[in-house]
Amino acid sequence: MSDRLSHLKRLESESIRIFREVAAECRAPVFLYSIGKDSTVMLHLAMKAFFPSKPPFPLMHIDTGWKFREMIEFRDATVARLGLPLIVATNAEGRRQGINPFDHGGYYTHAMKTEALKAALKQHGFDAAFGGARRDEEKSRAKERVFSFRTAAQEWDPKNQRPEFWQLYNGRMNPGESLRVFPLSNWTELDIWHYIMLEKLDIVPLYFAAVRPVVVRDGSLIVVHDERMRLDPGEVPEQKLVRFRSLGCYPLTAAHESDAATLPDIVAEMLVARTSERGGRLIDRDDKDSMEKKKREGYF
Amino acid sequence: MNAMPPLAPVPSPLETFLAQQEGIGLLRFLTCGSVDDGKSTLIGRLLYDTKLIFDDTLATLARDSVKHGTTGDDIDFALLVDGLEAEREQGITIDVAYRFFTTDKRRFIVADTPGHEQYTRNMATGASNADLAVVLIDARQGVLTQTKRHSFIVSLLGIRHIVLAVNKIDLVGFSEARFNQIREEYAAAVQHLGFKTLTAIPMSARYGDNVISVSERTPWYDGPSLLHLLETIDVDSDTAARPFRMPVQWVNRPNLDFRGYAGTIASGSIRPGDRVTVAASGRTSTIARIVTLDGDLDEAGAGRAVTLTLADQIDISRGDVLAAPTEPVPVADKFDAQIVWLSEHTLFPGRSYIVKLGTRSVSGSVTRIRHRIDINSFENVAADTLEMNDVAAVSLSLTAPIAVERFTENRDLGGFILIDRLTNATVGVGMVETAAQASTNIVWHDLAVDREARAAMKGQRPAAIWFTGLSGAGKSTVANLVDRKLHALGRHTFILDGDNVRHGLNRDLGFTEADRVENIRRAAEAARLLVDAGLIVLVSFISPYRSDREAARERFEPGEFLEAFVDTPIDECRRRDPKGLYARADQGLIRNFTGVSAPYEAPENPELHLRTDATAEELADRVVEELRRRAIIA
Repeated sequence: MSDRLSHLKRLESESIRIFREVAAECRAPVFLYSIGKDSTVMLHLAMKAFFPSKPPFPLMHIDTGWKFREMIEFRDATVARLGLPLIVATNAEGRRQGINPFDHGGYYTHAMKTEALKAALKQHGFDAAFGGARRDEEKSRAKERVFSFRTAAQEWDPKNQRPEFWQLYNGRMNPGESLRVFPLSNWTELDIWHYIMLEKLDIVPLYFAAVRPVVVRDGSLIVVHDERMRLDPGEVPEQKLVRFRSLGCYPLTAAHESDAATLPDIVAEMLVARTSERGGRLIDRDDKDSMEKKKREGYF
Repeated sequence: MNAMPPLAPVPSPLETFLAQQEGIGLLRFLTCGSVDDGKSTLIGRLLYDTKLIFDDTLATLARDSVKHGTTGDDIDFALLVDGLEAEREQGITIDVAYRFFTTDKRRFIVADTPGHEQYTRNMATGASNADLAVVLIDARQGVLTQTKRHSFIVSLLGIRHIVLAVNKIDLVGFSEARFNQIREEYAAAVQHLGFKTLTAIPMSARYGDNVISVSERTPWYDGPSLLHLLETIDVDSDTAARPFRMPVQWVNRPNLDFRGYAGTIASGSIRPGDRVTVAASGRTSTIARIVTLDGDLDEAGAGRAVTLTLADQIDISRGDVLAAPTEPVPVADKFDAQIVWLSEHTLFPGRSYIVKLGTRSVSGSVTRIRHRIDINSFENVAADTLEMNDVAAVSLSLTAPIAVERFTENRDLGGFILIDRLTNATVGVGMVETAAQASTNIVWHDLAVDREARAAMKGQRPAAIWFTGLSGAGKSTVANLVDRKLHALGRHTFILDGDNVRHGLNRDLGFTEADRVENIRRAAEAARLLVDAGLIVLVSFISPYRSDREAARERFEPGEFLEAFVDTPIDECRRRDPKGLYARADQGLIRNFTGVSAPYEAPENPELHLRTDATAEELADRVVEELRRRAIIA
């Protein structure tokens, strides 16, 4: 590779190449849109990859019903602005049963995210799904291929992945099998923010510091987002200047105290951070291998 | 990860700092070597000493070290990179893990690769995108087979820079003599592998000697620390200086007024107004625009993903290669290459695979294994087949000519993978050595009377009906009846029967898997010659392997090859046993007997599925009916 391309241009080109390869080789790709900063960058790259055409695949959001209101608003505004088709998939049965993050812990994530995702992929017959996972995020993600093969049961076998060489991807598969594809594999968290700054991309306002009502649970700051939030006896929300480094379902995503109200503030804060990005994701703490386990079962 | 050490002041203004970061180059490297040479530990140590491990990660690591660690009370850095449950349990690395770190001089992506031979393909995966390899050696062990295997594979995959980390130097008393001995042994072993630089560093990954700074415990060593070397080594390739090539990845047609060719520039650069040639067709046009979402570009160079429009309407599709007309790309359907075989299933010459090179996927096969390369001695040895992790020099033949260059000149047009036709697994990786220009290879004799003319004279369309099924299924019986019926209708036919062909054309072949592949290949070629002569050919071969029948099918035009599955259950075949073969196979007198001691892979979508619910006469009628339906006969 030539060093003459700047670092971000090189990452951008690499991601664009991945998008195009999937569009050329797969029958029915779908873009898993999770609304956060990584999805925002990935969507921008997809727009670049196919310009002046629109990306030749729909977006899909797995809505657990527990996303922040600001995320849903941002999602709807984004697809309207770009004129892209959006599928919103929900585990309706789980919702009817009232599965929620307060009472059902790890099972909630499994039912409302992993199972909802698998069911939606199957229902629509998608054979390739783009996800915004990065290898610097987490140990089991550091191990995953760019084109990550899934069996007909949508399972990942980390001990027996397809070898992958250069940027020569193998997109072939039999009916029922599928691929999870990660165009941001080689991006770091800093690259993402740097790119958002350079390309002037809009992001969900929750990333910026604001005064929000919070309670402290197991050392984590949980924002009291709506009336469904259950307060323990005697627990009184406090107003604090907080922001999010990573966005998921609100009762399971911790905020941290911060006064970073602009993109440069966020990057400056990140440069001196001493905790990792997913530190605020409570679902990762279930047990040590939780990400690998979830991934094997079909979680992104 | 990209956090800076906590005490480092953030430069102001921030944008200046980020702009400077953006200017910092990237080095991708891998760590490799034998099991337990300390690869994961070295990466952990690099991340730790450059203060790039977050507090919560470090806390988890301390906990894990107590649970799984192999370093007593110390932190076990290997657990930082061994991310899979099975890896931590077994204390080994199974698959490649990628880690990211940045210093103020460079950013790095490091691939930590497994040392076990069993996982060589994962190691090769990690090596393919690296610019440099850190080869670790346990100073107590010296150069091992796996050290040589990894060095060889990284050289094949295009890596030109090696750091030899003579690790665990503390365990040999920081011995200069031992270090020199290993360095010389290694240098001698790899002298033919074409590395541009080779730097040996005495090291203790566990204690950090010579990792980020030069250690006082090796006063006799006057070279750089590992990190200093990684920050300063020049690994630039000259892709940008080479002639322009861009494989077309995707044709962009949003409307009738726009037709763009999307792809990543493999080498050279391009500007609007430049002439380009389409490699296979030789058609030429001029670049009109370089289109991106951010506006048209005046110039684009190697590595950039772009969309090009041309001044003329010419036929271009995915898989074509746009190139500078002054230095055209060779187009070939035969080439020599080095391959690494990655599958637990044996490679047989003649078996058909998908060859993916650039953005093109075509059928092809290894026609000849020129030699296998012994990993230990690097000597050439003769081989008829290849097993997993074998490295060999082979000749390949494709069903269509493609643009191809030497791997050392152009990775994108010289690196390829082999894909299994049935499982779609990536079973081999190859690097093109020499490509023969298709036109200078075998010049096809231009047949003045073509096959259509020959067939038309016979009042039929030529075709091959390929009867497959178990021994005793009734293939020959049905084929003979079809032959008689067609003859009675005045059609021109010929029968190729497995048993008969084995007495002549294929008398040199046995029943091993390799010989069966060759048996079918010859049968298919013979059938094709007869089809070219305008005949309806009835081929009756057990042909147990799907991939071989698929390879046979590819020798024909679409609609010319009909697979007829004579689907008789094995119990019925055994009951019939017309030649007494099952009885002998059951006694162990015949080896590799299909259905008994060798597999039969039933067709998934045969054109004709002939079940035993009818007499042979009725089955033959059904075949004739199908030929009518397909207008092969009137």
